[in-house]
Amino acid sequence: MAIEVNGKMYETDEEGYLANLNEWTKEIGEAMAVADNADLSESHWEVINFLREYYDEYQIAPAVRVLTKAIGKKFGKDKGNSKYLYELFPYGPAKQACKYAGLPKPTGCV
Amino acid sequence: MEGGVVKKFLYVNRRAPYGSIYALESLEVVLIGAAFEQDVSLLFVDDGVYQLKKGQDTSGVEMKNFSPTYNALGDYDVNKIYVDQESLEKRNLTTDDLMALTYEDEDDDYAEKPSIRVISRDEVADLMEEQDVVLSF
Repeated sequence: MAIEVNGKMYETDEEGYLANLNEWTKEIGEAMAVADNADLSESHWEVINFLREYYDEYQIAPAVRVLTKAIGKKFGKDKGNSKYLYELFPYGPAKQACKYAGLPKPTGCV
Repeated sequence: MEGGVVKKFLYVNRRAPYGSIYALESLEVVLIGAAFEQDVSLLFVDDGVYQLKKGQDTSGVEMKNFSPTYNALGDYDVNKIYVDQESLEKRNLTTDDLMALTYEDEDDDYAEKPSIRVISRDEVADLMEEQDVVLSF
């Protein structure tokens, strides 16, 4: 599979996750969201950018429980809960946000 | 797993980090298993102690350097990481050669504490004795 952004094709796996995370740009994330009929706000980008930083530091995408805790620590308790994160990313915060962030599917995510 | 039975799990890591898939597989199983909220400990013996070595560089072996991921274990509430003293000594290593893995203690105002404990062979035996499940990689 592949996704086309600005006339360029980017390879993805069968679930739409970017094959090469170094190719990622913000525009690719946006195009993936459009394909899912999702509209990305500043709040979405807060989580997406956080995931990219986490991956950069630890070389893994965090499990949703770990993500929730870490988001709460960084952005406050009103954001560090699953209700808030599932409202932003109804397909599962770790799963969906990781996809737009160009990261592989979180370890242990089915 | 509210109300579930909590068992003591020990993951024993005996092999060098690269050259086989064991170390990475073990780490992934630990991270996935963390979701089940069991009482998890990790033990590094023999060449397994190299998995925790600082400054790993995999550019020559074409494998992903997954050593930064050990630093995430604290986030997953895996904070009992035992290293066999004798294995370190045989390889001329000390704790200074290992990554400084830490966790935040929720019961102590989120104070950052070291996760790694170097233990003797006798303590290794005791550690294994008290487990419900021992998984060897």
